[in-house]
Amino acid sequence: MTELMPAEGVFSLIWVLIALPLAGAAILLFGGRRTNSWGPYLGVLTVAASGVIGVLMLLGMMQNSPEQRTYGQTLFTWVFSGSFQADMAFQLDQLSIIFVLLITIVGTLIHVYSLGYMAHDDNRRKFFGELNLFVAAMLLLVLANNYLLLYVGWEGVGLASYLLISFWQHKPSAAAAGKKAFIINRVGDVGLSLAIMLMFVTFGSVGFQDVFGVADQASEGTLTAIGLLLLLAACGKSAQFPLQSWLLDAMEGPTPVSALIHAATMVTAGVYLIVRSNVIFTAAEWAAVAVIVVGLITMWMGAIIGSAKDDIKKSLAGSTMSQIGYMITAAGLGPIGYVFAIFHLLTHGVFKAGLFLGAGSVMHGMNDNVNMRRYGALRGVMVITAGTFIICYLAIIGIPPFDGFFSKDDIIHASFERSPIIGILAMLAAGLTGFYMTRMVAMTFFGKARWEDDAHPHESPKVMTIPLIILAIGATFLGMALVYWGNIESWLEPVTGVETVELALPSWVYELTTLVLVLIGAAIAWVSYARRDVPVEAPHGSWLTRAAREELYGNQVNDALVVQPTYYTSRLLVWFDNKGVDGFVNGSAAFVGGLSGRLRRYQTGFARSYALSMVGGAVLVVLALVLVRMS
Amino acid sequence: MTDVAIDVNTGEVVVFWVCAILAVAGALGMVLSRKAVHSALWIALTMINLAVLYVANSAPFLGMVQIIVYTGAVMMLFLFVLMVVGVDSSDSLIETIKGQRAAALVLGIGLAALLVWGIGNGLAETSAIGLDEANAQDGGNVQGIANLIFTKYLLAFELTSALLITAAMGAMVLAHRERWTERPSQRIRSIARFQRDGHPGNLPNPGVYARHNAVDTPALLPDGSTLDLSVPAPVRSRADARPIDHADVDEVREITEGKSE
Amino acid sequence: MNPSNYVVLSAVLFSIGAIGVLVRRNAIIVFMSVELMLNAANLAFVAFARMNGNLDGQVVAFFVMVVAASEVVVGLAIIVTIFRTRRSASIDEPNLLKY
Repeated sequence: MTELMPAEGVFSLIWVLIALPLAGAAILLFGGRRTNSWGPYLGVLTVAASGVIGVLMLLGMMQNSPEQRTYGQTLFTWVFSGSFQADMAFQLDQLSIIFVLLITIVGTLIHVYSLGYMAHDDNRRKFFGELNLFVAAMLLLVLANNYLLLYVGWEGVGLASYLLISFWQHKPSAAAAGKKAFIINRVGDVGLSLAIMLMFVTFGSVGFQDVFGVADQASEGTLTAIGLLLLLAACGKSAQFPLQSWLLDAMEGPTPVSALIHAATMVTAGVYLIVRSNVIFTAAEWAAVAVIVVGLITMWMGAIIGSAKDDIKKSLAGSTMSQIGYMITAAGLGPIGYVFAIFHLLTHGVFKAGLFLGAGSVMHGMNDNVNMRRYGALRGVMVITAGTFIICYLAIIGIPPFDGFFSKDDIIHASFERSPIIGILAMLAAGLTGFYMTRMVAMTFFGKARWEDDAHPHESPKVMTIPLIILAIGATFLGMALVYWGNIESWLEPVTGVETVELALPSWVYELTTLVLVLIGAAIAWVSYARRDVPVEAPHGSWLTRAAREELYGNQVNDALVVQPTYYTSRLLVWFDNKGVDGFVNGSAAFVGGLSGRLRRYQTGFARSYALSMVGGAVLVVLALVLVRMS
Repeated sequence: MTDVAIDVNTGEVVVFWVCAILAVAGALGMVLSRKAVHSALWIALTMINLAVLYVANSAPFLGMVQIIVYTGAVMMLFLFVLMVVGVDSSDSLIETIKGQRAAALVLGIGLAALLVWGIGNGLAETSAIGLDEANAQDGGNVQGIANLIFTKYLLAFELTSALLITAAMGAMVLAHRERWTERPSQRIRSIARFQRDGHPGNLPNPGVYARHNAVDTPALLPDGSTLDLSVPAPVRSRADARPIDHADVDEVREITEGKSE
Repeated sequence: MNPSNYVVLSAVLFSIGAIGVLVRRNAIIVFMSVELMLNAANLAFVAFARMNGNLDGQVVAFFVMVVAASEVVVGLAIIVTIFRTRRSASIDEPNLLKY
């Protein structure tokens, strides 16, 4: 493992990165109504300041040699009990800084956007406070130098996610969605906590450096168990199969929340966890295979769901699941894929944030209507939104030179290196991406206007469009910049290791095939949804469409496998309690009562009856005495 | 046993059997008599016989106490109470509690049988030591008992006195009838009588003549009419009042005033 | 003479008294039966005193008489009180204290 560099200069400010948004959250959430007027701006400023510090750290990091880019900072001993020790300590390396920049910069843009989007909401202050809380927790997650501290951040983002999904808690659906997200996340969290305990038992420590330093000494079975538990955690947080069902409901939250938490940052925490624990997954081969399987399944589930949903946000959510499936798949491929997973995560964070914010802008102009069948022909009235949305669209389907092309093709290449089956599945999913994203763009911005009567589409204010423009610029150039100028592979190499991709065929064959598949998918969608009229009411559709609209029956499966059995178990226990326990208690009481009712008949009130009993007793006593004496 | 003792024993055997039969007869008579007074007399017989048996058992003091206290005091108390309750009150012999009589007989006879069998087995071989020595120690039976009562059983004796006092107090409290109002004086009762509706004084006597010495004959008023009130109410209600025989009236007038020719 | 004769007589009288208590309904006769039982016990005490050659049994019989006298006094007072209110000396009449 690389030596930790002392945190000096700008790197002594690592804790400030977290403290700033945390302070913002504290001031906004505890400050009360006094902070109503300036609170949102404070929220933006704290995140932006963290972003500036992050950029300065990146610049400082680049001045050192690649082996000297890992910085450690220990604030104090947090937990100390017997042989167990966990410090409030941070580790900033090439991986962390990418996340820091993604979180703070995209976070800043989304904060700014929210200034416009949430302008008319009474609870703006609470919203910005919770957004700041989320940013702080997410930064803690990526900066922690041990799993226990990471767990704190992990739970913190879960809490923020819950609070923000049910931000409009007056809507029962939003409140239910928040609870659903929280509960399903708990399943994953249990996996993480078990993994941490297992690590402590196995390695005697939960620090990254300690664990990774001795990981190869543990048995493969233990490592596989840790890996699978970490995968469970990642599945919960990143909405991967089988814990995927909360993400679509999470779209009940405000759109900036969907963009920041449920597209760009939090849901990628699972990818971060796997990449961060790459040592374990490299050593535990079967855990890595499980990661690939989960990634592929989710990749396809998300794409299929995204192809059928008419709700623009839920369609985007399906797309997010699918894209994170790509990242997870890549993370399961081993050193060859870690880099590309992070690369795709980065580009996805930018263009998916752009897409979500664009969708939010469309909804803003359409009275918060999310039904794409009620959109159409919006490119004329929302020029900037349409333009940026289409740029991000080109990025996600992977049209060169937009950044999705670079990251996604890299993943496909790596998949083919590993196995043609994985590669072909990933490639076909890319074609499906082309289909559903084109469907979305066509239904929203092209074709005929199918607006509702009271809809008066209009472009959003500058405070919302400027972040869109910045994100679109990022979606255009980030990929090129990272490949040709930044060279992300060598940048991440000290953390994740790198393998050169060696393919059977020249790489342009794969790129061209992918591109052709994407274009075919896009063409089908264009013919179906732009050239033909889109019915306002959804047609019945094939069984696959209906299944996809039902989110591939994920909720039904959960309901059947978990909710109903629990419900029936509870019913059974209640029944047992009523009939069994209460029955026994009440039955014994009734037995005693009934017996007493019969026995009391012998209390006749006649003194002579009682005297008779006494004489009977006396006879018995005499009989006993006589028998004893006579024997 | 000596020959002399045989003589003594013979006398005692006679006394025992006579008294025992009489005592059992008295007990059975007590239980079987319908009238309570008869029961009391039967049990008095039993007690007197028991007193004789006490004396025969070298307990002359107890024998006297038995006669004085039981037959004299306690039985007289019973009789007093019987007079209060009603001397001729007799039980109906129909048993009201189902099975009580049969069960009582079975248990009672069973108890007797068990006791007799047990005693017969346990005491068959024993003989009495006799109290001659114990009585002689203090100069007599009464002195011996007195010695024990006032030494060994002093505390019990004192407690018995407390018990007797308490019993006497309790009997007085129980039998006492509290008078809640002042006893009405003669004047008050008199006023009350005159305030009631009806006839305060004596009702007029019926018309009793030498010829008809009967209360169903109404009294005659000076104008020759009859007075209903003079006839007792039951006769009046049955309308059995004897009608006035006017021939009689005339005859009586003739006798008292002479012939009116 | 064998003292067991007296004791057997005592047992017979005691049982007759017990039957009387159980069978008769007139409270006064019930009391007489109780007295009979006490007297039977006294007879046993006296017989035992003679059998054992000391006077303690006679003293106990004496105490029994005293207690019996007290009991009769109080019991008869109770009977009189009950008779006064209920116009009856039957011990089956006061049977309200029951189920």
